[in-house]
Amino acid sequence: MENHSYLILIISLFQLITISYSLYFHIDETERKCFIEEIPDETLVIGKYRVELLDENTNTYGATPYGIGMNVEIKDPDDKIVLSKLYTSEGRFTFTSHMPGEHLICLYSNSSAWFGRQKLRIHLDIDVGEHAIDYQEIGAREKLTELQLRIRQLLDQVQQIAKEQNYQRYREERFRATSESTNQRVLWWSFAQVTVLVIAGFWQMRHLKGFFLAKKLV
Amino acid sequence: MLTISLRISFLLIAFILKYIHTTELTFELPDNAKECFHEKLKVGSKYVLEFQVVTGGNYDVDLELKSPSGKILYQTTKKQYERIEQTANEDGVYEFCFSNEFSTFTHKVIYIDWKVDGDPEHEITGASPRVAEGALTMIETKVGNIHQNLETCIDYQTHHRLREATGRARAEDLQERVQIWSLGQFILIIIVAIGTVLLLRSFFTDKRTSSHMTWTK
Repeated sequence: MENHSYLILIISLFQLITISYSLYFHIDETERKCFIEEIPDETLVIGKYRVELLDENTNTYGATPYGIGMNVEIKDPDDKIVLSKLYTSEGRFTFTSHMPGEHLICLYSNSSAWFGRQKLRIHLDIDVGEHAIDYQEIGAREKLTELQLRIRQLLDQVQQIAKEQNYQRYREERFRATSESTNQRVLWWSFAQVTVLVIAGFWQMRHLKGFFLAKKLV
Repeated sequence: MLTISLRISFLLIAFILKYIHTTELTFELPDNAKECFHEKLKVGSKYVLEFQVVTGGNYDVDLELKSPSGKILYQTTKKQYERIEQTANEDGVYEFCFSNEFSTFTHKVIYIDWKVDGDPEHEITGASPRVAEGALTMIETKVGNIHQNLETCIDYQTHHRLREATGRARAEDLQERVQIWSLGQFILIIIVAIGTVLLLRSFFTDKRTSSHMTWTK
């Protein structure tokens, strides 16, 4: 009983710590910050963030008292919104891609401009694919030994590599289609332009000849 | 009993308290803009920063890496790809800034990979106290090697994907530009042909009326 509660305490503290010490950056209150994730389909993406507000009096960053939250908006490669939710100053969002391509993850705060243009500090951590899998949790849940857990990790990694290779094939196909289309366009437009030039030349000569004949200059 | 388990849990927490993780981000840097990222590091932690410019202009960006005391640890201008591996000498907030201020209208898409002392959520640590390195069985060592090699493989794959994205973005840009410029030239040819004829006609019709007008004045 006691061990169990201590374990829970440790795990929750561990979670806190991993969120506390991440990469962070500053944005204005009304600014929108977007990140691009180019991922294959059926890939899990987990994002964790924490927002702090710059206190102008003390010039330090502290917790946000006003209830400033962050809007998280995720768009798929077709510009359709996959997720659009308002979270509090500390949040965790998850989504699984249903089509391969460039997904856009945007963060912007829900405060209106009349609060003054204060600066926000955002701690962000985005994990994609096999980085998003929490092995400690899987090990605890399925009661695996360390070796079994490592083998499971290897399996996940190899699966990720295979998925990425498949996605690479899809991208290369699109690249080839684009290049072939450009080739076609160059061919047809050159043809059309040469034809138009020749027709224009003939028309000019014919028109001017008729004009000068009418003016009795020739 | 209580105090011992409490001590163990605090020890474990202290052990975990090293700031270790990995972050991969791809973002767009507008022209004349500077984007900075910060992280608090402890003395002795090894960090690796990798960046690659994916699209935009000449595919170059400036980078500046600063220590907590403001000393510039690494500075480079107009680089497309760079990998920096260093050990933190001081405690505090390290920052690295990407600058696109030299560019007037091209915005760049930059990929960054920031690793600090490995990745604890991703790496598997045994629940039991760690035995000395020499006591690992051969399977465990081999599995560890495979894991490292696969990590390298994934890293190479990422960079290959970025290079391919660069090429693809150029190809799609080219396709659009070919269409627009060809259409524009087509219309221009027609306009110039008609315009030349009209201009020539105007030389032979207005001359008489203008000279007639000067005579009457």
